Amino acid sequence: MSNGPSRAEHYPGPLHNPPVKGGEARKHHAPHAHHPKLQHHFDSMEQQLDASILGMWVFLVTEIMFFGGLFMAYLMYRWANPDAFQEASAHLDKTWGMINTLVLIVSSLTMAMAVRSAQTSAKPKTQVMWLVLTMVFGTAFLGVKYIEYSDKFAHHLVPGPNFQWPGQYASGAEIFYSLYFCMTGLHAVHMIIGLGIMTVIAVMAWRGKFDAHYFTPVEVGGLYWHFVDIVWIFLFPLLYLIGAHYGAGH
Amino acid sequence: METPSYLNDGHGLKSWLLTKDHKRIALLYLISITAFFIMGGLFAMFVRLELLTPAGDLLNAETYNKMFTMHGVVMVFFFLIPSIPAVLGNFLIPIMIGAKDLAFPRINLLSWYIYILGGLFTFVAALSGGVDTGWTFYTPYSTAAANSHVILAALGVFITGFSSILTGLNFIVTVHRMRAPGLTWFRLPLFVWAHYATSLIMILGTPVIAITVLLVAAERALHMGIFDPALGGDPVLFQHLFWFYSHPAVYIMILPAMGVISEIVQTFARKNIFGYSFVAFSSLAIAIIGFLVWGHHLFVAGQSVYAGLIFSFISFLVAIPSAIKVFNWTATIYKGSVSLDSPMLYAFGFIGLFTIGGLTGLFLSTMGLDIHMHDTYFVVAHFHYIMVGGAIMGYLGGLHYWWPKITGRIYSEFWAKIAAGLVFVGFNLTFFPQFIAGYLGMPRRYHEYPPELQVWNVMSSAGASILAVGYALPLVYLVYSLFAGERSPADPWGSKGLEWEIPSPPPTANFEVTPIVTHGTHQYAPSKEVGIV
Amino acid sequence: MSGHVASTRLYYFVFGALVVGTLLTYAAALVDFGFFNNVVMLAIAITKMTLVMLFFMGVHWNSRLTKVVAVSGFFFLLIMFTITMSDYLSRGWMPGSLR
Repeated sequence: MSNGPSRAEHYPGPLHNPPVKGGEARKHHAPHAHHPKLQHHFDSMEQQLDASILGMWVFLVTEIMFFGGLFMAYLMYRWANPDAFQEASAHLDKTWGMINTLVLIVSSLTMAMAVRSAQTSAKPKTQVMWLVLTMVFGTAFLGVKYIEYSDKFAHHLVPGPNFQWPGQYASGAEIFYSLYFCMTGLHAVHMIIGLGIMTVIAVMAWRGKFDAHYFTPVEVGGLYWHFVDIVWIFLFPLLYLIGAHYGAGH
Repeated sequence: METPSYLNDGHGLKSWLLTKDHKRIALLYLISITAFFIMGGLFAMFVRLELLTPAGDLLNAETYNKMFTMHGVVMVFFFLIPSIPAVLGNFLIPIMIGAKDLAFPRINLLSWYIYILGGLFTFVAALSGGVDTGWTFYTPYSTAAANSHVILAALGVFITGFSSILTGLNFIVTVHRMRAPGLTWFRLPLFVWAHYATSLIMILGTPVIAITVLLVAAERALHMGIFDPALGGDPVLFQHLFWFYSHPAVYIMILPAMGVISEIVQTFARKNIFGYSFVAFSSLAIAIIGFLVWGHHLFVAGQSVYAGLIFSFISFLVAIPSAIKVFNWTATIYKGSVSLDSPMLYAFGFIGLFTIGGLTGLFLSTMGLDIHMHDTYFVVAHFHYIMVGGAIMGYLGGLHYWWPKITGRIYSEFWAKIAAGLVFVGFNLTFFPQFIAGYLGMPRRYHEYPPELQVWNVMSSAGASILAVGYALPLVYLVYSLFAGERSPADPWGSKGLEWEIPSPPPTANFEVTPIVTHGTHQYAPSKEVGIV
Repeated sequence: MSGHVASTRLYYFVFGALVVGTLLTYAAALVDFGFFNNVVMLAIAITKMTLVMLFFMGVHWNSRLTKVVAVSGFFFLLIMFTITMSDYLSRGWMPGSLR
């Protein structure tokens, strides 16, 4: 193993350096350096929160691409079967769809209020109230989906061997309903996971873990919740409203 | 008398299986991907054994299909994609940027457990009889006709994808938010640039294949009609969605290796990289342009000619940043003070073999040529030149280069040189004849072939046995070094970089005091000062 | 950095806008604007999404990096949509060929 020219001339070596005065990427004089929730590899609560928010946004980008594959399939099949999609969409209940959209919007409001209550060091009871409200609306959303899905099963609108289509475009309608179930189903799975996350966060809030100095889980959980809302904001018009003026609705 | 390091900081299985230390997690990955490499290699062995003779006499067609499928699935998803990022990236990135750990250590551990879970699904699929669709899972065969364990394998791939996503997420946040004071982007080691670009691909691409394999599993289980033409679906849509990830995936496999080569070449030529910013930007360019070329896998699938033209043109473009790297490595070595230690041998091998692989990729990007060469052994040879001649050489080179840092031990340089030589010779003997066989028309994924192609196949299988010995040797002498190897100093190669400033093996916290960085790595004495030029 | 605390008034205002957007979407769907229906629907949906991202998710007050990350996903989706559809849309353009 050959050794190169002496390193000392070119590289002072970090271990001989005094502690830092401050740098562009790391802060070293944080007032809450010993906050019990500060993880050892971070220098400050601020850096930890910022990294966590960035991390959740990177994760949400993956979720956008994940749902994006389904939207791609939707885009192509709707371009290829415009009349079938219109006809099939008309059999979805627009009213339930709109109610669910409004339910999720309310839940996003309560979620934002929950984050705000933690940010402002509100009493644990207040924080828990907003979180529980969010979960109530999320559960209501799932309840409506259950009603809708049961209806589809009853009317033989579930793709597969039992699919029966009364209208003109059976093949295209089956593809529409495949996409409907895949997209709303995946969304519902995300909602269920979101409810689980909110439960954990609510328990932590009840135990008084969150205040203005530390509210990262609420913030990050909130980002996830809003994302699930945004997906539905697109699903509603794309699935429920393309046949609205087509013919007889439900 | 043991000096404290991450290796002896906590004993027992629990301290390893519940570790948050990125260095220990890297070793967990090292052990598991080695196991999968052996598994994938065994499947390859059956393929090459069958192809020794023109007749399909060793295995029947269906079993042969399962062999090449499992070889592909295991090697792509469970070896190549994690290899360098999960082992070397995990270990080195925090150290190279002067941090104590990655941004999210627990997510790092979770990514390993997810990887193991996905691997378990695939292992069970293999034990239950395997999959025979090809690693590409093309529909409607995979969704409607195949009699093999498609759903299990698809779920295994789905689960493992999240391991990749979490690793990429961790790297991106870490590089953005945890660099030491003074460590500007353009002082980062090129290894870090390469992994950052790789992480972008992991984040943006992996979710698409996740939803695609999930749809395959759903269609197979529930008989929905998304990809099955009999039910009104479009199989070409599957190919679009599949390759939207799987083409960038090949850049996930090669970019980290390129980062390794950049580091090795500078150390063993005793010279700063030629054109640092070009190499750094070329990593980003490969990542981004790589997302725009997937249709070159669909030239003969029914894709429109005009889309094919666009994809063909952009595929030519993506060769440019790769070529820039090769030029810059060559210019770095030129008039450098070159020492032919084993890592450098792997680097040389990489540069030559990657060039051949890349050039043959240009042949395949040409739509007219691809019509003749698609689904022949020419394609097989092309991608093995990149993935084995390129990526695996990069992985082995990096493993050898950083072995003293990771383990604190020095391996036998004599046996390492022998192994590198065997790998190089074995590799070329295995895969060069496949270019010829493919050009002469031998289709891929067939267990039998016309007798006049036998000579090429025999050469290929013979080469594979030499290659296998070349791969087995490091297993022996590297493990041996753990027990009987000379102890390594902090900087055994005389290199530059934050990782060589700390002890070998490093302490758990990496740095006692956060380093202040005043210039980039690999600042060797300029040639003028030592009388060259 | 999410050190910024938004006012409850802002949240209720955004909420109101989202509700109005939902009702508008529903109403617009009942009228036949032809292809323009899609434009209206998507425009309203994108506006709602933007409001949620900027104010409920706090992107308005986040670092520039977070803003770039938030937008990047859609950008790549757009790439996937446009290039894939360019295949389907250009089929049959070559005379005498099915492709």
